[in-house]
Amino acid sequence: MLRPGSKLLRRAFGGLSILALPLILGGCDKMVVMNPTGDIAVQQRNLILFSTGVMLLIIVPVMALTIWFAWKYRRSNPNKTYDPNFDHSTTLELIIWTCPLLIIIALSAVTWTSTHLLDPFRPLERIAPGKPVPVGTKPLEVQAVGMDWKWLFIYPDLGIATVNELALPVDQPVHFSITSTDQFNTFYAPTLAGMIYAMPTMKSELHAVLNKTGDSWGYSGNYTGRGYSDMRFKLRGVDKAGFDAWVAGVKAGSNLDTAAYLELAKPSEKVPVMRFSTVAPGLFDRIVNQCAEPGKPCMVDVMRGDMMRGAKPGHARPPEGQPPGQPQPADKHHPGMSALTPIRTPGAPRAAQA
Amino acid sequence: MTDTLTRTVFGRLSLDSLPFLHEPILLGTFIVVALLGLGLLGVVTKYKLWGYLWKEWFTSVDHKKIGIMYIILGIVMLLRGFSDALMMRAQQAIAFGDNPGYLPPHHYDQIFTAHGTIMIFFVAIPLIVGIVNFVMPLQIGARDVAFPFLNNLSFWLTVAGALLVMLSLFVGEFARTGWLSYAPLAGLQYSPDTGVDYYLWSLQIAGVGTTLSAINMVATVIKMRAPGMTMMKMPVFTWTALCSNVLAIAIFPALTAAFFLLLLDRYTGTHFFTNELGGAPMMYWNMVWIWGHPEVYVLVLPAFGIYSEITSTFTGKRLFGYSSMVYATVVITILSYLVWLHHFFTMGAGPTVNSFFGIATMVISIPTGAKIFNWLFTMYRGNIRFELPMMWVVAFMLTFTVGGMTGVLLAIPPADFVLHNSLFLVAHFHNVIIGGVVFALFAGMVYWFPKAFGFKLDDFWGKVAFWGWVIGYWVAWTPIYVVGLMGTTRRVNHFDDPSFQPYFVIAAIGAVIILVGILGFVMSILVGFLKRDQLKDTTGDPWEGRTLEWSTASPPPAYNFAFTPVIHDLDAWYDMKSRGYERPTSGFRPIHMPKNTGAGVILSGLALVFGFAMIWYIWWLAALSFAGLFAVAVGHTFNFKRDYYIPTEEVAATEDKRTTLLAQGA
Repeated sequence: MLRPGSKLLRRAFGGLSILALPLILGGCDKMVVMNPTGDIAVQQRNLILFSTGVMLLIIVPVMALTIWFAWKYRRSNPNKTYDPNFDHSTTLELIIWTCPLLIIIALSAVTWTSTHLLDPFRPLERIAPGKPVPVGTKPLEVQAVGMDWKWLFIYPDLGIATVNELALPVDQPVHFSITSTDQFNTFYAPTLAGMIYAMPTMKSELHAVLNKTGDSWGYSGNYTGRGYSDMRFKLRGVDKAGFDAWVAGVKAGSNLDTAAYLELAKPSEKVPVMRFSTVAPGLFDRIVNQCAEPGKPCMVDVMRGDMMRGAKPGHARPPEGQPPGQPQPADKHHPGMSALTPIRTPGAPRAAQA
Repeated sequence: MTDTLTRTVFGRLSLDSLPFLHEPILLGTFIVVALLGLGLLGVVTKYKLWGYLWKEWFTSVDHKKIGIMYIILGIVMLLRGFSDALMMRAQQAIAFGDNPGYLPPHHYDQIFTAHGTIMIFFVAIPLIVGIVNFVMPLQIGARDVAFPFLNNLSFWLTVAGALLVMLSLFVGEFARTGWLSYAPLAGLQYSPDTGVDYYLWSLQIAGVGTTLSAINMVATVIKMRAPGMTMMKMPVFTWTALCSNVLAIAIFPALTAAFFLLLLDRYTGTHFFTNELGGAPMMYWNMVWIWGHPEVYVLVLPAFGIYSEITSTFTGKRLFGYSSMVYATVVITILSYLVWLHHFFTMGAGPTVNSFFGIATMVISIPTGAKIFNWLFTMYRGNIRFELPMMWVVAFMLTFTVGGMTGVLLAIPPADFVLHNSLFLVAHFHNVIIGGVVFALFAGMVYWFPKAFGFKLDDFWGKVAFWGWVIGYWVAWTPIYVVGLMGTTRRVNHFDDPSFQPYFVIAAIGAVIILVGILGFVMSILVGFLKRDQLKDTTGDPWEGRTLEWSTASPPPAYNFAFTPVIHDLDAWYDMKSRGYERPTSGFRPIHMPKNTGAGVILSGLALVFGFAMIWYIWWLAALSFAGLFAVAVGHTFNFKRDYYIPTEEVAATEDKRTTLLAQGA
């Protein structure tokens, strides 16, 4: 078993790649990560393709050399140079450290710029390649809440909310504020943009835009227990008229007042799409502050109280004269922008700048 | 009254805690395990092996025997972890649309948690520690490790942890939280049953073992090298073992601390990792990944060492670029501390922080790439014998490079934003762990098996194992990469979109091919044992080896080396052979050796009872076993009969036997 080893090896790998090819090609239209419809996800896809291409510059030669050397220097091959003491070559050493180094320098530069440009907290500059966001465009505000085990979407400017359904008008920048009731979820709509964690007591953000109409799926990427597998939402890309019609349809739904929200917050699985015509004001901020339940002190109040009392343990009560759990938004379209600041926002310094 | 009494005596343990009484799958498993266990006990009793096992193995402080026991533990647990994998693959292959599959979430979630936990903590770690234990002291010309008793204790603590995990199959539940049991899901509020407690206590107990073992190995490499073996004359495997264990010492305390705080949350109502009262679950993620990422290198560095030894041996050449190999290893050791945040770029740490960790991660690929080139140029101008170990090396180089590439891809934060938590990520880490670590473990086991037992493994079944694993890996994981690019997330037990199904069916077929590989390996041991006379190694050097372990007999005598060798060159044994080394046949002296002790088994048994009592809230038993632990540990320090001398006659007799064998061979 000397020669056939490498021969078989080579054949097996060749055979495997041929086998895999139709599968990979056949899945192309289904490969949403490679075929997204949102500009951010398209840029992320391009980055994946570019980096893979750069890395193949070194991976392909290494794999080819491995097979070639394994074949050429097999014991049964008489036409080879055998040099048992060949263990050092400064030139080769320079090459083998420099080649990976150069590739990583190139990728690092790309990483630095793309990480900043595609930062989910960064407001969009363009809707599509060559199509900058028109001056004065106000992004559509959407508040996404990961719950056990469904997604709640609140459209604060429109005063509506949905469960497991996210409709977005195409070519309209969207700003997501994302949190979770109790578990660490990730908000993941592969066709729209990359995922970002939805975490209890914290607010994360995502700026994105959808460029094509059509339905796709969104998920939670992080396992959260029993009902996690079916925690999916339908992402619907619609045109302006379609969006208005959809909103009008949602307006025909029921109310998401505090009682309805508390009912919704109970763990449930395989939840069908739900639509709510009105939403209790400031609901998202109360969820972030863990005080959607009436009578429960908001974390922001507790912390303010603690600060006023010199943060002595055991004094975590809302300040006197202020009813607990009743934040008063200064601006009804932007609850939480002034009256309540979420306690821990990932990337808080940048949020403050924005 | 009786209720209180029962609760005092049994804690939360009751008949309802035995799920196999009402779950058919578990009942079947229980019956099979019980029959196998009883059969094994019966055989051991029938052939009166208890005394032999206790005296020669369980209480042994011989690093070779402990290494072999670690490897047996790893293989047994591999069978368990792989059964979990088969069950998951089967579930994902059928659970589409209206078909919920055969595993409800309650069961499925335990399986993927157990699979990850077992494969890392009770398969990969024991196999790596076992090979290091067996090979490293021989490679440096030592007679045992620095702390022989500690070595025995480390092993048995690992066994205690493994037993607790196995126990959770039949008594209570295992965790349903994923293999790292992230807070807040793993907090008491969301996981109130015994699952997470089983997870935490088994890993705490096994973790003490791993930490102690790492300290032991580092001390051994630093203090016990044969004269002349300077650091830069150490075999590469010893170098990687040193770096891997230095890493382990540095990281395991972080994991222990994270688990300890989570235990406090669960047992005493603190709020380190809860959502309320200032708890910070994110801190738990940071702490476990400060352990978790370097842990990958704890496993893969010795794997790289194994590949280096095998490549050099089977190409009949000195390793190309020894010093750059050593520096690459050290650089990887240091850099591996600086990358943990890449496991959660998507938490929104900010672009500057993310870029730092992303670039640091990519930088690791430079020394790793240099290593691949070093193996490549060791093959260059070589005289390659494609025996089984070398076949594993070539398969590794072709498989691992792909995994490295997808790894660098995941290190770019914006790319990670679409690939994180998807099956692409799962495919990536199986690519590097199977292609990097598992292939090395099999290569290493085949390579050093004749050294340990005196005969080679059966070649035909060894090849079945090889092709099963290599083809199985590609068939099982290529489709998973593809469904990852379709946006499929991990740990899902049911899908709606039927277009994913063919991929999962292919993946399941791949898993079955891997099963053929695993069974092939078991067969290669069995058939090798049956044909041991044909496959016998009388020389001690069946592969034309280059490092010191091949200078001793196969299997080596208890004292390893009758005379401590003196080292002049890197490939010490090759150097000795080429300078016409003659084995001394007289002038033997008594050899000072450590004595066996049962304290390790007893301490670990008590630790097992303590863990079980804590899991089930049986406080009296916990207190009692903890007191017992303390008493035995202190008591053992007063055991002054820890060493003995192997008399000259015995050494001479052993060495004479080898002289005869060698003469027959020649």
